[in-house]
Amino acid sequence: MSDRIDSDAGREEAGRNLPPLRLHVPEPKFRPGDSADFSDFDIPPAGAQARPDETAQPAGMRDLAYGLVRVLDEEGAAVGPWDPKLPPEMLLKMLRNMALTRAFDARMFRAQRQGKTSFYMKSTGEEAVSIGAAAALASDDMCFPSYRQQGILIARGWPIVDMMNQIYSNKGDRLKGRQLPIMYSARDAGFFSISGNLTTQYPQAVGWAMASAARGDTRIAATWCGEGSTAEGDFHSACTFASVYRAPVIMNVVNNQWAISSFSGFAGAEATTFAARAIGYGIAGLRVDGNDALAVYAATRWAADRARANAGPTLIEHFTYRVEGHSTSDDPGAYRSADEASHWPLGDPIARLRKHCIALGIWDEERHAAMDRELAEMVRDAAREAEKNGILGHGLHHPMESMFEDVFEEMPWHLREQQQKMLDEWKAAGL
Amino acid sequence: MNMIQAINSALDVMMGRDPAVVVMGEDVGYFGGVFRATAGLQQKYGKNRVFDTPITECGIIGVAVGMGAYGLRPVPEIQFADYIYPALDQLVSEAARLRYRSAGEFISPMTVRSPFGGGIFGGQTHSQSPEGIFTHVSGVKTVIPSTPYDAKGLLIAAIEDNDPVIFFEPKRIYNGPFDGHYDTPARSWAGHAQAQVPTGHYRVPLGEARVARAGEALTVLCYGTMVHVVENSVAEMGVDAEILDLRTLVPLDIEAIERSVRKTGRCMIVHEATRTSGFGAELSALVQERCFYHLEAPIERVTGFDTPYPHSLEWAYFPGPVRIREAINKILKD
Ligand SMILES: Cc1ncc(C[n+]2csc(CCOP(=O)(O)OP(=O)(O)O)c2C)c(N)n1
Repeated sequence: MSDRIDSDAGREEAGRNLPPLRLHVPEPKFRPGDSADFSDFDIPPAGAQARPDETAQPAGMRDLAYGLVRVLDEEGAAVGPWDPKLPPEMLLKMLRNMALTRAFDARMFRAQRQGKTSFYMKSTGEEAVSIGAAAALASDDMCFPSYRQQGILIARGWPIVDMMNQIYSNKGDRLKGRQLPIMYSARDAGFFSISGNLTTQYPQAVGWAMASAARGDTRIAATWCGEGSTAEGDFHSACTFASVYRAPVIMNVVNNQWAISSFSGFAGAEATTFAARAIGYGIAGLRVDGNDALAVYAATRWAADRARANAGPTLIEHFTYRVEGHSTSDDPGAYRSADEASHWPLGDPIARLRKHCIALGIWDEERHAAMDRELAEMVRDAAREAEKNGILGHGLHHPMESMFEDVFEEMPWHLREQQQKMLDEWKAAGL
Repeated sequence: MNMIQAINSALDVMMGRDPAVVVMGEDVGYFGGVFRATAGLQQKYGKNRVFDTPITECGIIGVAVGMGAYGLRPVPEIQFADYIYPALDQLVSEAARLRYRSAGEFISPMTVRSPFGGGIFGGQTHSQSPEGIFTHVSGVKTVIPSTPYDAKGLLIAAIEDNDPVIFFEPKRIYNGPFDGHYDTPARSWAGHAQAQVPTGHYRVPLGEARVARAGEALTVLCYGTMVHVVENSVAEMGVDAEILDLRTLVPLDIEAIERSVRKTGRCMIVHEATRTSGFGAELSALVQERCFYHLEAPIERVTGFDTPYPHSLEWAYFPGPVRIREAINKILKD
């Protein structure tokens, strides 16, 4: 087997004495069977990054796009200029929301395995990304999430029974059973309708932010995508618009190292960081320890204040790790080392915040264990409640004719005709 | 072989025969694709010929245009047909017109593989049937197999073709034929006549329809998953329908269609894509133009509705046995 592609074209002209060109195809460090070793990772100590003024020029903060903003140190202490100095009740609230997100994921993952729904996606290991950000944003700021930010809805106090109804596509689903599970929409929670088409939310968030600015509003927008999704054209269009119009928007890249089976190198990680994408656009770029809830909070708060001060957009890369499979349809054991997750050097975001709270003397292991038990029961009860409205494929769904609603504001003749025909056909079939 | 294995085998055969064939797409390399259609190919042919790409559909197709211009035969995969839209400009404005605008100086010999269609609870972003968009574009061919045998033979023909080909794979029948009844257990391809797939090279020519069932009472034009749903409905009803599996929409086997409709005098069209401006509308117009005086009943269309694919109600959206039966009853009434 030759590693080069053979082709007749271009052969004649090729210089005979020149070295053959080589195509570089990236390869992750570890594959199934390998033992993961992250010791060559450059992890700067917590507290080491400078914190520029929120209104500083992007050109003066390039280092932040290549470093790693970290607040929690190995002992669980909050250190350095990015320490947001949050009050105890806020720390405990974030801890609880992260634990609730994990409990919710565990329950819904199991529901999928039990055949109660078609699909589920966990955010295990990435809880700090959405919980930290949600805590730093104002409750009426508009979020344009991807499918792995369920934590935002949870942090904003959205009823988890409502989220479960969506996952079961049942008669209680406000989205009328139309969307794939986890593709929530909650306008009242400032949570934009999720698309299955990657990164389409990015320019939309910028457009929302531009509209808010044009209207003299005070609300800002925030959006999230995975590192793999930064390759999409929409990402780059969004950056251009955000830069040109100095849109009050926070663009988050959740770098969890994997895009299904493709490691971050296929989105360009071998050459640079994702935060550094900001530099070419003249946007402020921050690279943050995504498993450090306080760093996520501080960076988001900095970016939000910057946007509110009309100093422009911020691109934040959250450096984290996708502990579980991509979705219930995925088998990560087929493409990555089995022990990668346990070797991840930035730890578990919940364990790190718990340690911090314990070190502060505002929390202890017993209370944490009791909280986990309480949350597991709570999601179990909520799931039972939601199941009363039906589970997928068991008949309790929205009426069939609802399929034709909301295509347009008013139903045109052809849809009315199709709707009637469908009902007649099912009636004639005795169903 | 099931359909996935047949597709894998076609790629394997073509990569073995022609060093210009390269396979690219999201997750197609080491992992072998989320549906495993490219499994084992990277190990066998190396990373230079089978590689993962960044997640950018316009990039994938744009790069394939350039590779084709160099002299390669790229076979890009778009992970789900629902994600072909970001690549539309490269496909429609570039790949489809390169030969024409350069008066043949440059060609775009790519085969874009993409799983399409519903019936897998994929919601609205994993279920669509966008073939009508491509049949509307001049310069691309559109191919849709319905069996493992055809999938392999058509894919080989597509890869050998010097024009850009959109190769839509009906993912509902990757692992076995689907009779349209959600509540019956999934069937497998094992034992199916069309699952006898030769391991070597063979071609199913583009532009030739297949008579899936010969009959006299009416003609049903269909393709992909719908061939099986129609076959089953016809068997359940016991009607003597002729079922034409179109196999390629562009170029279309118009002779086979005319021959059949002239014989039966009745024509029904079944596809999963939305109705308005769907490929069924084109088929209906063609039959009306060419067979009007042979028709004994109005042409019937059974299609997806003009709504996005609804997750929990997909079995009502899907043109299944209930809807096909009503249409057949109607067309046979007078
Ligand atoms: C436009 C588009 N192309 C392809 C897909 C299929 N797909 C779904 S998720 C995914 C991987 C995304 O990875 P990443 O952006 O890193 O986010 P993560 O899942 O890791 O959070 C792919 C390729 C899609 N949903 N949309």
